Amino acid sequence: MNSLMNNSRKDRMLLLINKVLLIFIILITLVPLLYVLLGSFLQPDILLTQGFSLNPDHWTVDGYTRIFADGSIMRGFFNSILYATCFTILSVSIAILAGYSLSVDNLALKKPIMFFFLFTMFFSGGLIPTYLVVRSLGLLDTMWAVILPGALSVWNIILARTYFKGLPKELKEAARIDGASDFMIFLKIIVPLSKPIIFVLALYAFIGQWNAYFEAMIYLEDQSKYPLQLILRSILIQSEVNPGMISDQLAMAEMQRVSEMIKYSSIVLASLPLLVMYPFFQKYFEKGVMVGSLK
Amino acid sequence: MENKDIPSKNVANSSYKVKHNKQPQHKHRLKKNMGNNYILYIFLLPAIILTIVFHYVPMYGTIIAFKDFSPIKGIWGSEWVGFEHFVSFLQSPNFLQILINTIKLSSFDLLIGFPIPIVLALMLNQLRRAKAKKNIQLILYAPHFISVVVISGMLFIFLSPTGPVNSLMTIFTDEPYSFMSDPDAFRSIYIWSGVWQGAGFASIIYVAALSNVDPQLHDAATMDGASLLQRIRHIDLPTLKPVMAVLFILAAGGIMAIGFEKAYLLQTSMNLPASEIISTYVYKRGLQAGDYSFATAVGLFNAVINVILLFTVNYVVKKLNDGEGLV
Repeated sequence: MNSLMNNSRKDRMLLLINKVLLIFIILITLVPLLYVLLGSFLQPDILLTQGFSLNPDHWTVDGYTRIFADGSIMRGFFNSILYATCFTILSVSIAILAGYSLSVDNLALKKPIMFFFLFTMFFSGGLIPTYLVVRSLGLLDTMWAVILPGALSVWNIILARTYFKGLPKELKEAARIDGASDFMIFLKIIVPLSKPIIFVLALYAFIGQWNAYFEAMIYLEDQSKYPLQLILRSILIQSEVNPGMISDQLAMAEMQRVSEMIKYSSIVLASLPLLVMYPFFQKYFEKGVMVGSLK
Repeated sequence: MENKDIPSKNVANSSYKVKHNKQPQHKHRLKKNMGNNYILYIFLLPAIILTIVFHYVPMYGTIIAFKDFSPIKGIWGSEWVGFEHFVSFLQSPNFLQILINTIKLSSFDLLIGFPIPIVLALMLNQLRRAKAKKNIQLILYAPHFISVVVISGMLFIFLSPTGPVNSLMTIFTDEPYSFMSDPDAFRSIYIWSGVWQGAGFASIIYVAALSNVDPQLHDAATMDGASLLQRIRHIDLPTLKPVMAVLFILAAGGIMAIGFEKAYLLQTSMNLPASEIISTYVYKRGLQAGDYSFATAVGLFNAVINVILLFTVNYVVKKLNDGEGLV
């Protein structure tokens, strides 16, 4: 009995430490994000030296106005929307169609077809041969080079197949007895039932494409086709602020300050859409992970 | 004897007939199946075409690793050189450094990045109120949705010699520390920023697995005098074991496939001694310097090690995990 009491006292201590640690983890997660958000409105040097300021002179939307005035970030923003939308439609359609076919029990040659897909998960030709294929197809410097090579995801096919296998078989059989063709069954029965999986796959596809820069970096030449992430890369990593953004004759120190502000506000502009939206889709992200874990 | 023989002969006869008929019938059925399901094969067509074009053709293209590829002569017209490119990679002065960098970066990333989501899930699992748990999870997911470019950009901002981290550190030191140009700091920056970004989201799967544990199990154990840590060890961890096994194989199998994207962004000319890994090297030699064959050879070397690694890890985990592996 004594040890039980000891245990429960020790446990309560542990639970308290656990809570404190979790609060600490939440702070670590949030502080960098809030710092950038604050820095996009509060002059960075003030933020750095004072942490915060109530002086309205220190607050500015300069970073944002310069971004909107220059246009390269906005063009990147719209390019990204275009690429991510096309990529999502394409990759989700492909995965749903293939996943459905592979979920049908009596499909002949199912095993070899599955192996054909799975093999690419373990072994790939690599960067250079893929680049040469894209080049020889004449896709360089087109939107298709960004979208097509990654549009097929074996993982998504497996997710879709797993989902379709879980649907009740009776529905299909009843429809077949009524004389529906395979195509009609897919269109009228399967697709309406698969909204959750379509939604999950679409979310992941859109976010993946929105945040990607690699394909665009190696396949695109023309700056006007750059997606947002590539523009961000030149601003944030290469510290190349477009002279158009700082057109007026500014002193060196002032220029540095402005380019710093542009960094903060472009981060906010690029990340805010997803950060504002994801809480509404929390359920679907969790569902996506769980469908995947079933294999 | 005779009486028994006759029926057995009949049986043999009839079975012969069945066998004789079976072959064409089976073929017929396959054809009929494909005919009936033709729409399903049409559904598969886009996926198959993309797989061939963007996966199998490049696999075939890896033969340029054994040739001196020139774009004018094409893949077939280029001359064979055997293993020359592999040998020159293995003998190049930076081979060992790049290989070690790759292995170190990804195995440290695995050793630190793999257990943290599990610990986090166990911590979240202790919270009684479901609502609080959900909200905390929601906050912890946030960094997952930020792009790798933005994360890297934030690291450059925060860790710059005039950035906020250094201005905090000046309380203790006089000299600002230049994080991004110190090779010794590169791996820590890479790995811990990865933890910051990914641990919350990666814990989803473990939290879900833990929520399937029957609470009565915990109550009964508490009644029997089990402490919190004992319950975690004997109830929670065994629940997580199958998920851990699968995820570990996937992660460990991908050690050599460590991503190009973030390493390339965090590279500066100063931290290259630690930050140059195989994938960034392939990109620079291949696409920036135009050394296609050599870069393909390096990439192929990497891919082969990766396959071997995946199957080795799978084999080991299978042995340790009562025969449950991935493949």
